[in-house]
Amino acid sequence: MSMRQMELEVLRYDPEQDEEPRFQNYSVPCVDDWAILDALNYVKENIDTTLAYRWSCHMMVCGSCGMMVNGEPSLTCKTFIRDLPDHVRIEPLENFPIERDLVVVLDDVMEKLRMAKPFIIRKDPPPEDQEFTQSRAALYKFKQYTMCINCMCCYAACPQYALDSSFIGPAVLALAHRYNIDSRDQGKAERLNLLADHDGVWECSFVGACSEVCPKSVDPAAAVQQMKIDGAKEWWKQKLGGGKS
Amino acid sequence: MSRQPYVRPVSKTTWYMRNGRYRKYMLREVTCLLVGVYCFLTIWVLATLASGSPESWNALLASQQTPVMIGFHAIALIYFLIYQSFDWFKLAPKAMPVQLGEHKLPDRYIIIAHYVAWAVVSLFVFWLAGVI
Amino acid sequence: MEKITADVVIVGAGGAGLRAAIAIAESDPQLDVALISKVYPMRSHTCAAEGGAAGVKGADDSLENHFNDTVSGGDWLCDQEVVEYFVNQAPRELVQLEHWGCPWSREDDGSVAVRPFGGMKKKRTWYAADKSGFHILHTLFQTSLQFPTIKRFDEYFALELLHKNGKCRGVVAMEMRSGRFFSFQAPVVIMATGGGGQSFPFTTNGAIKTGDGMAMAYRAGVPLKDMEFVQYHPTGLPGTGILLTEGCRGEGGILVNKDGRRYLQDYGMGPETPIGEPVLKTMELGPRDRLSQAFWHEQKKGNTVETPWGDCVLLDMRHLGEKKINERLPLVRELASSYVGHDPVTDLVPVRPVIHFMMGGIDSNINGETPMPGLYAIGETACSGLHGANRLGSNSLTDLLVSGKRSADRAAAYAKEAGKVVDDPVIDAQAEGVVTWVRELLQQQGGDESIARIRREMKSALEDGAGIYRDEEGTLKACLQIAELRERYGKIEVHDKSNVFNTDLQQALELRNLLDVAETVAEASLQRRESRGAHQRLDYTERDDENYLKHSLAFRQPDGRPRIDWLDVTITRSQPGVRDYSGGKSE
Repeated sequence: MSMRQMELEVLRYDPEQDEEPRFQNYSVPCVDDWAILDALNYVKENIDTTLAYRWSCHMMVCGSCGMMVNGEPSLTCKTFIRDLPDHVRIEPLENFPIERDLVVVLDDVMEKLRMAKPFIIRKDPPPEDQEFTQSRAALYKFKQYTMCINCMCCYAACPQYALDSSFIGPAVLALAHRYNIDSRDQGKAERLNLLADHDGVWECSFVGACSEVCPKSVDPAAAVQQMKIDGAKEWWKQKLGGGKS
Repeated sequence: MSRQPYVRPVSKTTWYMRNGRYRKYMLREVTCLLVGVYCFLTIWVLATLASGSPESWNALLASQQTPVMIGFHAIALIYFLIYQSFDWFKLAPKAMPVQLGEHKLPDRYIIIAHYVAWAVVSLFVFWLAGVI
Repeated sequence: MEKITADVVIVGAGGAGLRAAIAIAESDPQLDVALISKVYPMRSHTCAAEGGAAGVKGADDSLENHFNDTVSGGDWLCDQEVVEYFVNQAPRELVQLEHWGCPWSREDDGSVAVRPFGGMKKKRTWYAADKSGFHILHTLFQTSLQFPTIKRFDEYFALELLHKNGKCRGVVAMEMRSGRFFSFQAPVVIMATGGGGQSFPFTTNGAIKTGDGMAMAYRAGVPLKDMEFVQYHPTGLPGTGILLTEGCRGEGGILVNKDGRRYLQDYGMGPETPIGEPVLKTMELGPRDRLSQAFWHEQKKGNTVETPWGDCVLLDMRHLGEKKINERLPLVRELASSYVGHDPVTDLVPVRPVIHFMMGGIDSNINGETPMPGLYAIGETACSGLHGANRLGSNSLTDLLVSGKRSADRAAAYAKEAGKVVDDPVIDAQAEGVVTWVRELLQQQGGDESIARIRREMKSALEDGAGIYRDEEGTLKACLQIAELRERYGKIEVHDKSNVFNTDLQQALELRNLLDVAETVAEASLQRRESRGAHQRLDYTERDDENYLKHSLAFRQPDGRPRIDWLDVTITRSQPGVRDYSGGKSE
């Protein structure tokens, strides 16, 4: 393992001192197998303890450490310096208000999570004292959409969300879809009534940036397009069937 | 309060210049203008046909056969082919996944199926038009 | 300071905290639940657990088996009535989670699948690929969203317990984003803040595992039980400490030393089993303490492999094949490839034991009750006596659910009986005192100590003095070093003076909690002069049931090292026996 000197240009913002964000440079001696998060931790421990950012698991599963790395929404524990140039610009996730330094305000999306009704909705009671029978094929169907770690990189990539934050957005819609296609769920109509709407799936113009940046390959763009089809089908079903289910 | 969340401004007119991904997306979306032009053209053709006047019809044909218009149609067709169709076909598997057991049908089969369907429909239209 | 009244305050929104919140919201929707967490719930470290959750499933398995495996796995330090209740409730809780949408992996017939796990006689570990903890956490979090009576306070850092006349009265917390302080007053506080693995240098634990709840209870006079028992997980990635699940071995992975020898057979876990056909409870499916101890011996003998990140052994999963690895261990493949550059499909993966879990914690019983009325503890934060001296893998995730539910039921009953906290100037003054202390810490200038340096030295002290093997001199040295570090803590300076999301202050507060946890680990390790489970002494190599079939209780002393007291273990059915993980025996 060898060392590598990296130049970090990090966005700083302390509302008690700054009118607006500014950049601060740090020169960091890195070990070559580090992730960029390790470089930030080095800065915080040895150079500047005032730098604020979120992180926890360092194994791509908690979703805390999403930031813009050279303009790309990235999970910093999964973005390795071996794939980066010597000069790295680090900014908080796009399309979210900046709370402090690299910490963004996530209230909007956290609130929107409820709108997906992300829980099993049943009309009939579940089997007593035992699990639902669910074939491996049925599990496979929705499995990839369960992988979302809520890192919000997709929201940082989505230009529709950038232009209009009333858009419900990729992760929340993908989560709704995950439940819609789970064989144990019976709440599809309920979710679609809410989400197959102006601020929901129809705000999406299939830019596809969300799926390109998703660190867990959830493919939220696919979920949204599938929900558009489901939404249209459901609309016709209700029109022809007469009334909402 | 000490909090003052800072909202970074997003330009409604130049946001797509931010990165290559967005620029490519706009190149795809701009094809909607061409779609608009061809809609107008279609209406013009239908109106001319409905008028029953051979002079109007010949004038319409002549206007589309100028070098400038032929050039426009050639470029529009190629642009459609490359951005509209290729791009949309590439994305089609996302909207219509085909699951076989615990696997997904690889995207390329769905994409190829779209090209085949396109070819079939095109041949039919050419046949209707008497081109073939 | 703003005051918020509730019926139940839950600190920590990981698996246990969420399960408790849901239990109360479902059964007692008239109770106000305040769920406080220093991170958004989906960041809780439950998400990093990989392998699975144990609960009797197969027709050839029995509650008796699960009970015996757990008690012997815990080297008979378990409180057996707790274990009995636990194994009994486990299947029900896991089914409930499935009903809530948890994407458990399935057998061909559509029933939930179970996999083999260390120290278990039969397959009974329910799993969701190798992201079981992640799926459990997200299922619980998403399910909790349907209950309006659960009011969440995300990114509120709980600072101290409020108590009066020995009874719990709530917590004081700081809102991270604004630096404002809140006094949460309730007759019940349920601590669900996880363990304190960040007190060690090499750990699977994320940054947030700083023992906050343990420390708060400790400072409020509640003892911490069995703190000497810290679990090393045998297969962590060197350098980062990232976890590679026990499921790797459950699916057939083997451990070899530098000579390619499956060395576990030399430590009482043989004979060697056929490659790819693991036999339960022997060789690579032995209990975690034995496997980690084997590594220590191999290292002493010079049989370990030298890597850029230190000495390791090698985990061989190549014989599993790409298909099986992609299906059952996809995260493991990604982690090994990304962080150490070895793809388990084609390479051997270097691994070493890393700190993973604390069997010890806040002294609690089968109901989650602690010696302080109104204070409950669940999950890793608690020491209910379930895990004893060594936890079996996959018992912990189930424990989140079982202890979460049971304690919530008891806590709700207590809260209804006790009623909301009425305005009390004594409690208000106590809360103000906490705020004053924090403000003083923030404003103190001219300190020459750095948080990072004290933290590093604490970690070294514990790794050297309270590691896999301990002795009198080493543990005493650790105790003294930590006492000195507590002194030096008084001279730190928090350079960040902002009120807005001050992570410098947060780390200072977390360090204080870690030091509290660390001093109990070191002291208890010193004073337990026997070897049992995960606590192994070079100078007292045998288990001593006559003197030490007891739990250690660490009480905070105002000036000086903790006082250790002892509490008898509850034996119901299973008398202490021999832990035999060699093949071809019956138990």
